[in-house]
Amino acid sequence: MATIPGDLPYIPAYEAPPTYLNVAHTVRSWLLTKDHKRIALLYLFSITFFFAIGGVAATIMRVHLLAPAGLLVEEMTYNKLFTMHGVIMVWFFLIPSIPTTMGNFLIPLMIGARDLAFPKLNLASWYLFMAAGFFILLALLLGGVDTGWTFYTPYSSRSSNTYVTLAVLAIFINGFSSILTGLNFIVTIHTMRAPGMTWFRLPLFCWSHYATSLVMVLATPVLAITLALVGIERVFKVGIFDPAIGGDPVLMQHLFWFYSHPAVYIMILPAFGVVSELVTCFSRKRPFGYEFIAFSSLAIAMIGFLVWAHHMFVANISIYAGMAFSLLSFLVAVPSAIKVFNWTATLYKGSVALDTPMLCALGFIGLFTLGGLTGVMLATLGFDVHVHDTYFVIAHFHYIMVGGSVIAYFGGLHFWWPKMTGRMYNEWAGRIAAALIFLGFNLTFFPQFVLGYLGMPRRYHSYPPEFQVYNVLSTAGASILAVGYALPFFYLLWSLRYGRLAGPNPWRATGLEWQTTSPPPKDNFEKIPVVTEEAYAYYKLAPQGMAALGSVAAAEARETGGGES
Amino acid sequence: MAEDVLTPEHSLVAHQFEDAGQQREASRLGMWAFLSTEILFFGAVFVAYAVYRLRWPDDYRQGSLELKWYLGAINTAVLLLSSFFMALGVHASELGQNSRLIRNLILTIVLGSLFLAIKATEYYLEYEDGLVPGASFRMEPPPEEAGSGFARAVKSFERAISRAPKGQGEVARRTRAEEQFMVFYFIMTGIHATHMVIGIALLCVLVWMARRRKFSAAYNNPVEITGLYWHFVDTVWVFLFPILYLLRNP
Repeated sequence: MATIPGDLPYIPAYEAPPTYLNVAHTVRSWLLTKDHKRIALLYLFSITFFFAIGGVAATIMRVHLLAPAGLLVEEMTYNKLFTMHGVIMVWFFLIPSIPTTMGNFLIPLMIGARDLAFPKLNLASWYLFMAAGFFILLALLLGGVDTGWTFYTPYSSRSSNTYVTLAVLAIFINGFSSILTGLNFIVTIHTMRAPGMTWFRLPLFCWSHYATSLVMVLATPVLAITLALVGIERVFKVGIFDPAIGGDPVLMQHLFWFYSHPAVYIMILPAFGVVSELVTCFSRKRPFGYEFIAFSSLAIAMIGFLVWAHHMFVANISIYAGMAFSLLSFLVAVPSAIKVFNWTATLYKGSVALDTPMLCALGFIGLFTLGGLTGVMLATLGFDVHVHDTYFVIAHFHYIMVGGSVIAYFGGLHFWWPKMTGRMYNEWAGRIAAALIFLGFNLTFFPQFVLGYLGMPRRYHSYPPEFQVYNVLSTAGASILAVGYALPFFYLLWSLRYGRLAGPNPWRATGLEWQTTSPPPKDNFEKIPVVTEEAYAYYKLAPQGMAALGSVAAAEARETGGGES
Repeated sequence: MAEDVLTPEHSLVAHQFEDAGQQREASRLGMWAFLSTEILFFGAVFVAYAVYRLRWPDDYRQGSLELKWYLGAINTAVLLLSSFFMALGVHASELGQNSRLIRNLILTIVLGSLFLAIKATEYYLEYEDGLVPGASFRMEPPPEEAGSGFARAVKSFERAISRAPKGQGEVARRTRAEEQFMVFYFIMTGIHATHMVIGIALLCVLVWMARRRKFSAAYNNPVEITGLYWHFVDTVWVFLFPILYLLRNP
């Protein structure tokens, strides 16, 4: 922690109770921790590292595409770049991002528990994640993989002599890390709620993580076994998916998307949970239609299992199957739209405050809406055939995953940063970063909608000259986006040392996580709380009520030095 | 905790739980959630198997004919019996009867190991038969007199129990699709056997814990959830046996 400027003499008048951060300091106490909050931080470091690697791959690609013939790399290297970008961003950043950091940190706090149900499994999941990360980095360092993140056969069987088996092994292991996280959340939310914390008093963050966990537990094993089969096919040269030796490549696509479409909901559902918390807090209102938001998460999780073949409309599936999957894909838009309407209705007549997390949340609502609506366009059979495998698809899913998930991740990180660290970051730096991310994102990906509509296919290292203007715009946007992503890295680190002490509840938010100190003690609460009201009782917070909830406790914490050591 | 009296039951409740009931509920639900993962894990291979079996029914039937159905049948009985002893073990642990628990766990381990031994014998015979896919797969079945003495003895036993007249039991030339059947046979039974090995390891830990008197009528969660796992692995075999061995007739 920070030392007081001017070297004031230490006065041992008050011994602050230890927080989860300073209860022990050894490396061992971190690497063998079973505390969900410390594991969340371990994950935070790890996924930040992978986000940077995935980001570097993207940067090289965007610079390369500045000129129609390509600027930097050869064809094969380009293939390896987009594969690594996809693999690392999907499995090593997006899927673990919100659940393993904020989910791990907050679910026990939000439901009033001392820890997750299975702390050892939680730690095991981080070690599995790191083992998977080791193998994927090994594959990268040995020379990379050129199959695309989908590992379609025969790209991943006969046609590739790169490190496919190693990459597949990494994702197999990574899957078990994800399963253990999901399993832990399901059991925790079912069995560990504090007295009085009924299902309908749960924060919406927990509902969306519950839905996410169902998908993690039920979809991930299918990916694991599918990639295991791809690996077996490669190693033993037997025909499972490779058409040349009696396999069926379309079956591989079916099995792959049976996981990988629901995986999209693993990435976006936690973001919904974050945004529900942010919108209510910064509108000072209970969410409009709590039950609808809660159940729409479950509906998305369930319908999400029935739409996978909309990735395969041009893979020679039957036209009737295509129609059925098209219709089901439209259906999944309904619960998603319900959420967007409910957030908007929550804003209506709210006392909206535009702090950094709220800027992210508002950006999320806009960008997710665009991404979702283009998703409905893509679910239409005829239109999909036109833009299949073009930049239109790239733009669509980046609007969902980057414009949606990543912005919600940053919003959540800023919102709960004071809780995690006990310190406030510089608010203006935060607002500037949020604005840069929003602008940079749109400049990067909106031109790609146009490119795709005009017919530029994805995964090509060169393109006809008439597409250059859109590619240059996109690369320009990417450089702004990169600055936007880099900024938080610096001012958040700065805040650890120089940030203002946050106090227990800097946002004057409801929710149990704000009723304990920041950073929380090792066991979260001095005494397990008894819950007597809904999660979003903002209507009760008249000005004097707010003082009682936030400022008094905050002032106390400041007086006592808030754990200065 | 200083003022609390540490009763044996109390000390077994992990710090994150309020009481033994909550802990029991959590470990049960955790195992069920894990088993639902397992169902989807096996489910994907079952789906792939079904797709290919419907595409090449004759080749797959030919593959089934080459498996040792009687060894599969014996193994089914062995495994069901092991599940029976597992259930008795769980029951004993609920009653707090420690020596009965240990006895039943050991019987379960013995039967589980017997299953693996028979399975390994089967794999060996299939290897001798040139049925292992990949480089060692032989499109022509090896002649009767080839192979080790044990493999020849099994062959003559098979001729003795076969209903086909002598010389009529000739196996046709193998096909690529039949090789694929064997791929799925080895993958499915291999994953199952891996689960058995893990199960036996868990049972050994349980025996060790039971010897150290870790379980009582108030605390038997590990026994109970290992039982659930064991029964699940058993149930998977109950599906594997018919779809691999018994779909033999046109």
